[in-house]
Amino acid sequence: MSHLAPQTEKNFKLMEQVAQKTGSDSKLETCIQCGTCGGSCPSAMDMEHTPRKLFALLRAGEREEVLSSNTPWVCVSCYFCAVRCPQEIKIPDVMYTLKSMAVAEGAYRDSTASDFSRTFVSMVENYGRSYELGLATRHYLRHFPLRLPSMAPMGIGLLSKKRLNLKPKKIQGIKQLNAILDRAKELEAA
Amino acid sequence: MSKYLYYPGCSMEGSGKAYHNSLMPVCEKIGLELQEIDDWNCCGATEYLGINKIPAYALIGRNLALAEAQSNGAQDIVAPCSACYLNLTKIDSYMAKKNGVDELINDALSAGGLSYEPGQLGIHHLLDLIVYEIGLDTVKEKVVRPLTGLRVAPYIGCMAPRYDYAKRWSDSEHPLELDWLLGALGAEVVDYPLKTHCCGGHMPQIGPDTAYELIHRLVDYAEEVKTDIMVAVCPMCQMNIDAYQNETNQHLGTKHKMPIVFFTQLMGLAFGMRERDLGFGSELVSAKEAIQKIGSEVPKKKRKKKDKFALPMPHPLGNGILKNGTNGKELILPTEGRARGGRA
Repeated sequence: MSHLAPQTEKNFKLMEQVAQKTGSDSKLETCIQCGTCGGSCPSAMDMEHTPRKLFALLRAGEREEVLSSNTPWVCVSCYFCAVRCPQEIKIPDVMYTLKSMAVAEGAYRDSTASDFSRTFVSMVENYGRSYELGLATRHYLRHFPLRLPSMAPMGIGLLSKKRLNLKPKKIQGIKQLNAILDRAKELEAA
Repeated sequence: MSKYLYYPGCSMEGSGKAYHNSLMPVCEKIGLELQEIDDWNCCGATEYLGINKIPAYALIGRNLALAEAQSNGAQDIVAPCSACYLNLTKIDSYMAKKNGVDELINDALSAGGLSYEPGQLGIHHLLDLIVYEIGLDTVKEKVVRPLTGLRVAPYIGCMAPRYDYAKRWSDSEHPLELDWLLGALGAEVVDYPLKTHCCGGHMPQIGPDTAYELIHRLVDYAEEVKTDIMVAVCPMCQMNIDAYQNETNQHLGTKHKMPIVFFTQLMGLAFGMRERDLGFGSELVSAKEAIQKIGSEVPKKKRKKKDKFALPMPHPLGNGILKNGTNGKELILPTEGRARGGRA
């Protein structure tokens, strides 16, 4: 029997849960807090917590602080941290795990990034391919309406140079793809 | 001819068309036969992975399974987009560990009547395929118009050499493959230590300030070392630096005007192919001045001929009609000129 309060117990399991969800070889528990990750990160300046800090919070069980942090969303998946980490922790994969947990629990503070990911995913699930124009339009109207005037030349430029397709392209095997994704979602939930 | 399965990726049908259009004739020239994987789907980029792990893996798994089923004598898969290449190699290597991930993905794939056995097909980025399988000697043999005097920055980006799941690159932070290739074309390759720094990835969409800063750093350094043109191997790098450069300028008060094209476009030029067949002219920051240095011209946009039998409708952004209504002041149309960063 644990002598800890249920909430504390849950927090202590945070590290375990994130590592387990990331995969058996995430090596997250082996972090030595050296800070190489944050020092290598091109977007660290815009992160609420550098990866090192985030992992310290994880270890401390600061569940809310970790899941609401903008850090995983600002991660650009450039893998600098991953190739430099002396412990070979799969940092980008950990970031993906934290994003999916934040989405599942609605824990993020700002929805700009998670909405973008979700819109992207819905395009893929509907068409099987990304649809740049639809994605950009929906996303910018919702989150950056004030940026639109300064972006207009770019949009018009891309359209006039035929770099944006007006219509989405749907793959033939879209039903097959969705059967696969549905089964994968069941497996994920199991 | 060696035959390869071609996984284009979504950008190649849209924002990265110039890459697709140039790599096709270039590959034919160097003896690469590309067979497009029939009915391939999006690789999920960096977005699906952050929503649902197993479905994201299965999404990539479907492409691998289709490739395996359609291989028909083709040796390996080649992806020109670094993000697609990274995702394909990542899932292949995760499945090859045989620690349960392969079973999960195959379980999901079986719902669509598919399966994949990892390690069956090699997975290449187009650049590593050309450098290591075709070889720089073959490339040099085809050069008829060396890019002499053109100062190029070899911007390879992050997702090709990192995480290097397939162990193909000379270094994960300072790889030399693109330098070698551009050197083989006769170009003057500048020392560009930021070559694997991030272009901003999806940040223009979710945190533009971060993106502007990253784009600025890359372009600023390139300008400092007197680069004529940056060279990309990934449609996302090209898109971010090309299309968001104007917005970056507006935001940071800079005056960058650095063109960026795909390495296959420069290969085509060196092979003596026509600019219009290589997608030149589709970049927003014009490559005109740069390629003039080697005696090339960016093709002018073809104007549609007037249809003699059309009804007399006012042109929506018409030249004559609207211009007359602006008190003689020239109407500024949002055309190429402004998109190029005209607002200093």
